[in-house]
Amino acid sequence: MMNSKPSWQAGLALVLCAVAMATVPILTAEATAPMSSGMTSLVVGLIALPAVASFAMFSGLASAAVLFVGAHGAAWLLISGIAGNEGTARMPYFLLLAAAWLLAWRCVAVLSAIRPVSTQVRTLLRLLIPAIFGAWILIIWEAVTRGAGVPFILLPPPSAIAARIGNSLPILLADVRQTIFKAVLFGYIVGCASGFAVAILADRVPFLRKGLLPIGNMVSALPIIGVAPIMVIWFGFEWQSKAAVVIIMTFFPMLVNTVAGLAASGHMERDLMRTYASNYWQTLFKLRLPAAAPFIFNALKINSTLALIGAIVAEFFGTPIVGMGFRISTEIGRMNVDMVWAEIAVAALAGSVFYGVVALIERATTFWHPSVRGGRA
Amino acid sequence: MDRLRDRIIPVITILLVIVAAWYAFAVYMNAPFQRDLDRRAGLTPGTVEFVGKTLSQPKPTMPAPHQVAQNFFENTFLRKVTSARSLVYHSWVTLSSTLLGFTFGTALGILIAVGIVHVIALDRSLMPWIIASQTIPILAVAPMIIVVLAAIGITGLIPKALISTYLSFFPVAVGMVKGLRSPDLMHLDLMHTYNASASQTFWKLRVPASVPFLFASMKVAVAASLVGAIVGELPTGAVAGIGAKLLAGSYYSQTIDMWAALVAGSVVAAMLVVLVGIVGKVVERSMGGRPA
Repeated sequence: MMNSKPSWQAGLALVLCAVAMATVPILTAEATAPMSSGMTSLVVGLIALPAVASFAMFSGLASAAVLFVGAHGAAWLLISGIAGNEGTARMPYFLLLAAAWLLAWRCVAVLSAIRPVSTQVRTLLRLLIPAIFGAWILIIWEAVTRGAGVPFILLPPPSAIAARIGNSLPILLADVRQTIFKAVLFGYIVGCASGFAVAILADRVPFLRKGLLPIGNMVSALPIIGVAPIMVIWFGFEWQSKAAVVIIMTFFPMLVNTVAGLAASGHMERDLMRTYASNYWQTLFKLRLPAAAPFIFNALKINSTLALIGAIVAEFFGTPIVGMGFRISTEIGRMNVDMVWAEIAVAALAGSVFYGVVALIERATTFWHPSVRGGRA
Repeated sequence: MDRLRDRIIPVITILLVIVAAWYAFAVYMNAPFQRDLDRRAGLTPGTVEFVGKTLSQPKPTMPAPHQVAQNFFENTFLRKVTSARSLVYHSWVTLSSTLLGFTFGTALGILIAVGIVHVIALDRSLMPWIIASQTIPILAVAPMIIVVLAAIGITGLIPKALISTYLSFFPVAVGMVKGLRSPDLMHLDLMHTYNASASQTFWKLRVPASVPFLFASMKVAVAASLVGAIVGELPTGAVAGIGAKLLAGSYYSQTIDMWAALVAGSVVAAMLVVLVGIVGKVVERSMGGRPA
């Protein structure tokens, strides 16, 4: 198989291993629990053996599996070895880390080159490859922050953030309830619904459409987020002011996209509806709205992110003592950086889930549309 | 004439309606406070006088358009541009970090896109994360970046520019990937029959094909990086910039100042987007593109 020919990643990993072996020990003399030489050779072996093995004439899958085990085993040993010795890592530590990362890169390259026949395997690969990439961002983050002893305030390691999330679940839940379930959801629904309604109205009245569309297009480029302090003055500190910001932010994308979508159905189809003697509303519901669905869902997806941003930023201007934006701005003031990162992780998760739900609904309701049926490939 | 009838008249009509609604809304929003003031002073003004008063409060709940316009005009054209009250000064502070971040973001986005198009492992592993990252409310990170960098002694332009970079590289990367992949099979086959190397195909086919996509995504990116710069000025109580002006306004209830700052931000945004559009048109024309 061509997947297993010598690769520069594996070759460079071997060179890095050799340099690391020449410059041991891994940790400085001040380390309280130094790594044994057996441990060091185990790490080197975990990197070198798969690297050499990947030169051999394996099938792609086998060499990927060997590389996967080697890279992650070595990374795990390095990270567990640094526990208790934070900030004492010497050059070989980082060399070995880089070598393990190169192996993982090679593993991803091999996996990417595989062209599986069955759909399940293809789906699995499509999930596995980005997962390895994401895992390595975390591994490098963890290993470097702890190995080099990066100050906690600058960048806490992911394990500390995870521990913080575990310890402060009630606070995080209360923040999510305040920000997402009150402000974001209400604002999102009202903003999208009113944008949609105005778009239908603009479609009915061409004069309105001609006037509103250029304005809507221009407004979408403006820093609308700046209305946040004004809304806080008008509606007070509670969630209503955040919902107002979200409504304003989500209104225009929905308006512009829906109007564009309503123009998406072809002349032939519209003529067909005319030959059926269907009236405006029948044409709208049976032809033009379904044809506009991809545009509308696109707006819903854009808005799912905008809504979260709007609510969080609006909370920087004043809130009751709960909420994600409030937590971020106060904890950063107290230099509790891990709490801020925890809140950001939760926000990222919430954003992805929100987006994912909208995408799933899209798949379920527009399954007939060519853009969904054809798949992404 | 068609342009007048189809574009200008409807837009101006809608704008006039918006201004009229704004005045009505301003009267409505400011009326309770004004009524309260009059009652304490023992005044019973007529309707016209009352409406006039609601539109000229020094710290109105909702400033009237002419108040905002007057404040904007005074602070833009009548003050020295070095004055801390000049909107030109604040806009410039925000604009400089926007442009720096936008430049970095565009360069980074193009670099990532080139990598994704040419290295299949990058395409498979990085692209899903770039798409996923668009679902994350990245602006929430803004205050942390500012404060953390300030803690290690980096202040001023760089932290704000970093946020702008972060916000602007996503659209550019996604747009450029689309653009670099936009040449269809026929064109690629043609390059193949010419025995073109990968780099020749890249420079002579993929790059020219991607230019319209690049400018379309740069328009989005420049607007996003302005938002990034403004939000980056909020959390630290920065002393200068449109975001700082907004924050100061919200502390002291200087509503007219806030609205004027908002207008300034919008003007800057519109100018940037139009500028990118013009540059895009010029570049396309100089590359031999014909207006569609």
